[in-house]
Amino acid sequence: MFRVVLAELRKLRRPTLVFGTFGAALFFAALVTSFLFLLIDSPDGNGDRGRRIGREVLSLASGSVTGFSSVGGLLGLIALCVFAAQTAQEYTYGTLRNLLVRQSGRLRILGGKLIANIIFAKIMVLFSAAVSIGISLALASRAKVPTDLWFTSDGWSAIIHTVINVVLAVIGYGVFGMALGLLLRSPISSISIGVLWMLIIENLLGAVKESALDWLPGSQLNTIAMGGSETISYSHAMQVGGAYVIGISIIAAVLFSRRDVAN
Amino acid sequence: MSSLAISVRDLSKKYGDRMAVSHINFDVPLGAVCGFVGPNGSGKTTTMRMLLGLISHTGGSGQVLDASIDEPEKYLSQVGAMIEGPAFYPALTGAENLKVLATLGGFPIERVQKLLNQVGLGDRAKSKYKTYSLGMKQRLGIAAALLPNPKLLMLDEPTNGLDPEGIQEVRALLRSLADSGTTVFVSSHLLSELEIISDYLVMLRKGEVVFAGKIEELLLAQQHVIIAKGQNHTDLEKLVSIATSMGHSATIRNNEVHVHANAEWASTLNRAAFDAGITLRQLTPQLPNLEETFFEMTGDK
Repeated sequence: MFRVVLAELRKLRRPTLVFGTFGAALFFAALVTSFLFLLIDSPDGNGDRGRRIGREVLSLASGSVTGFSSVGGLLGLIALCVFAAQTAQEYTYGTLRNLLVRQSGRLRILGGKLIANIIFAKIMVLFSAAVSIGISLALASRAKVPTDLWFTSDGWSAIIHTVINVVLAVIGYGVFGMALGLLLRSPISSISIGVLWMLIIENLLGAVKESALDWLPGSQLNTIAMGGSETISYSHAMQVGGAYVIGISIIAAVLFSRRDVAN
Repeated sequence: MSSLAISVRDLSKKYGDRMAVSHINFDVPLGAVCGFVGPNGSGKTTTMRMLLGLISHTGGSGQVLDASIDEPEKYLSQVGAMIEGPAFYPALTGAENLKVLATLGGFPIERVQKLLNQVGLGDRAKSKYKTYSLGMKQRLGIAAALLPNPKLLMLDEPTNGLDPEGIQEVRALLRSLADSGTTVFVSSHLLSELEIISDYLVMLRKGEVVFAGKIEELLLAQQHVIIAKGQNHTDLEKLVSIATSMGHSATIRNNEVHVHANAEWASTLNRAAFDAGITLRQLTPQLPNLEETFFEMTGDK
């Protein structure tokens, strides 16, 4: 398994993938965090879906990561794309047969691939957290937000909890991407269907029937990233989201271990 | 330890109602170069995939290096393979691609540059795979197959896209590997190449083995051909009827008469043609080559 992880990391460290992924993470982290502070007095809101997040919230101990927790869903989508592409490309390039000749344990390949992608995603999350907290700190004085509580022990605790929550959500998104890659065996199809579902279909279903969001996977993962929301509790999101991730992991593992490699 | 590198018994693969490979039996001795031939769709790649554990078999059994093909983890560390052409990551360099596989298989990374030099890619090791020509991609595929220092090398069309010099190099490489004890199981549509390098041959047609054994046994079993040509075009028909009246089958191909008969019968044909008033411009007894034998046995043109 360790060798599979190392081999996978060799592929993940190629410059185009690293710069592309981290560039997108930088963009989203900077955009969402900047809006949070720059539009603090806007009547149209400064948070997700026009939500207003005022100075009293941002000045709390968790204020440094309020922006970062909102980026969690977007980082999750990036992870979905990376995991899906890294998995499906083995079919489109035909490289899966090389991997299986060198390491015939299919579940070891799958497990190693997942671990390597999780390591990559964790680094991306930590990078995004640093960017978001840095921007929050830089824009706080301009937005007249006090930062006295941000780096107290409660502040550091909030930072750690938020990073853990975002990592968990990002892993969930990634597992969905990987499963789609295995099912569809095409990077374009798996990414487009994954993003379409998470960004559009779930929101449409939520608009038609709001309670549906309590049970849809993307909604649960977003809630985990934010540490819970007004409508969905953190524990509910963890249970439902976790069940989705475990279920889809089992389907993907069974498919991958039993299916003929004919391309 | 058996003396066989590959041994399959009644091996079959069925896709829906179609038998891609049907109850095939063959053995490949250790240290031999074995050619694997058959028309497109005859089941060569499917067989190779089954031997490598990439696809499951629906019937029969197989052994590779004394282990069952149901347990590929027992022998794959000693097997090098390139199936259906080279497949690598376009955005990685040739060296990085090999390092991915070396890391995965637990082989020394230092082997990578040595192998790239061996296949003539030493100076392009740091170029991205997507910039490689077809021939270079093929060479990288062969280098990847050699990574484990294999006891058994399975190559599917390794000379595709190579220029004549490259083909000669691959031929020499395979021969030298076989001389050093590596068993080479190679499929190719270049039958003349296989004829030069192979000791054994497995011939498939529509998923069934039509021949498996030593290549010289196959060629010796084939009837010799006498190629005859008269001075006039009208002599061809006359030569065919002379040969058939004397009990030998004959056909006209490319303005020549091909008579299935041993070389000794050429003098009889010469005399009979002379008696019939035909002056022969050509009378050549010929041993059948692999290509003709292949077409004859597989019914392919």
